Amino acid sequence: MSKHWFRRYTGVSNRGINPRGFHVSQLKFYAILLPLAAFMMLPIVFIFSNAFKPLDELFAYPPRFFVVNPTAKNFTDLFARMSTSGIPVSRYLFNSIVIALATVAASIFVSSTAAYALSKKRFRLKQTLFAINTVALMFVPIAVNIPRFLVIEKLNLLDTFWVHVLPVLAMPVGVFLLKQFMDVIPNELIEAAQIDGASDWAIYRRIILPMVRPAIATIAILTFQAVWNSADSSTLYVTTESLRTFAFYLSTLTATATGANVVAGQGIAAAAALIMFLPNLIVFIVLQSQVMSTMSHSGLK
Amino acid sequence: MLGKGFLKKRVNNGEGSAYAFLSMYALLFIIFIVVPVLAAVLLSFTFFDTIQFPRFIGLRNYITLLTQDDTFMKYVLPNTIEFAVIVGPGGYALAFLLAWILAQLPRLPRTLFALILYSPSMTGGVAMAVVWKTLFSGDQTGYMNSFLMGLGIIQEPVQWLQSPHYLMPIMIVVTLWSSMGIGFLAMLAGILDINPELYEAAALDGVKSRWQEIFYITIPSMKPQMLFGAVMAIVGTFQAGAIGVTLSGSNPTPQYAGQLIVNHIEDYGFLRYEMGYAAAVSVVLLLMVLFFTRLSNRLFASKD
Repeated sequence: MSKHWFRRYTGVSNRGINPRGFHVSQLKFYAILLPLAAFMMLPIVFIFSNAFKPLDELFAYPPRFFVVNPTAKNFTDLFARMSTSGIPVSRYLFNSIVIALATVAASIFVSSTAAYALSKKRFRLKQTLFAINTVALMFVPIAVNIPRFLVIEKLNLLDTFWVHVLPVLAMPVGVFLLKQFMDVIPNELIEAAQIDGASDWAIYRRIILPMVRPAIATIAILTFQAVWNSADSSTLYVTTESLRTFAFYLSTLTATATGANVVAGQGIAAAAALIMFLPNLIVFIVLQSQVMSTMSHSGLK
Repeated sequence: MLGKGFLKKRVNNGEGSAYAFLSMYALLFIIFIVVPVLAAVLLSFTFFDTIQFPRFIGLRNYITLLTQDDTFMKYVLPNTIEFAVIVGPGGYALAFLLAWILAQLPRLPRTLFALILYSPSMTGGVAMAVVWKTLFSGDQTGYMNSFLMGLGIIQEPVQWLQSPHYLMPIMIVVTLWSSMGIGFLAMLAGILDINPELYEAAALDGVKSRWQEIFYITIPSMKPQMLFGAVMAIVGTFQAGAIGVTLSGSNPTPQYAGQLIVNHIEDYGFLRYEMGYAAAVSVVLLLMVLFFTRLSNRLFASKD
């Protein structure tokens, strides 16, 4: 009640945080955001525009930002092409899709089971383990690439499908976000289910998972982006060409684009970059409202 | 009696199943995070060329790093500090400010702008390398060159990505461009989550300007998200270290202009096979990340 009274009294219902509609005072924010957003979007608009440029426009002088005569030729070229080792592009794309799907599914499962234990179970090491996980949030994988390589070598994982999947599953942020979300679920709900004779697994499956759906969507996005965009596992741990990913293929294209194969490479690289970028965008747009609600639980306490 | 025994059994059950639920993650966590970190620490005290078994040499790697590694002291460390200070706190402040501005808009435009600002962070370096290399291409067909020559600012094409002069600024801009990641989203959600009555109360208490509001209400009410954002910013900054090599296409980068600590590790580890020394540099990097995270913890830890 007092809120309504205050808003009416001061006339600020559309000013300040989270307004319902437009107000003149918002103009200054648009004045800042519009040019900035345009600048931020440039490279992404460029990906779209470049992917559809015919060859003469790609090398036009002076260069033109927007495509004039769009063509799908870059895409047909891309899929018609074999890599230097005779692997068709579709194979890299297939690998990437399978790896991304497998990793996202596995990551949701692994993170959510661990988060369930850390949030709702009582055991001696609970606080310690969560503290360790929180410290690991600041872990920079790139710093220990070398010992990681040695570990993966010792486990005989080099040059396997699993080497793309398993290292990504140790994702402290995922466990952290899910645990924060699960903490809010009332314990009474779980106790009631226990009294009704529900097993641990049933509680996890039927009560916990449905209630943390936004956090799961977020983990799915984070994992997807980590796997889909990374060429590292293919570069470092895989030597069999048919086991490598699309991101890796794209990185070879940009490497040659500066060297020998400038002309043929550019159009293909532009098309590949768009294929690389689009799934990220689509997945995020579909799930963005879920992400926002996860992030309000994302605090470290 | 029955009750007590029953209770005990339940607690035991709970412990067992807790560890069962944790087991998979714990196993992966140990294999891919704990063991590599410990191995890096151990290797850092050895000489290891990947062929012979590591030989213990005490602190010599660290001493070499501090006293004899000219490249490290002259280029890598100053570069890393310059890069980290601008991209870390700079990107973080920018993310907060933009999140705050977005929170002042109604839902639809807010979502649209959030999407636009977030989208750069979801493309890894790979897809973007294509774009940056074209935009900053060294000949006159490069967009940057053509644009600046058109304006008459430069007379002949500049080799942007091969130039020791421009590589670092370009790396910083590119990284800032993609720094509105999940930390940014967390801060936006945090701001939107603050109870509006707090602002009303503050207004009645005499908080006048929006700046006062930010410092007395907004930031203190969302410390957890501020801290999460800070940790993500720090990790992101050090993780972004590969950008110089991606842009210039070579490690070491031209005249070490864009050489960051991460590239130094790769240079020694994978190109020169001095794994022990590379491990010592890794340990130094991890300690730096830890130090900065501690620092932000001091700033934003909630007191309760």
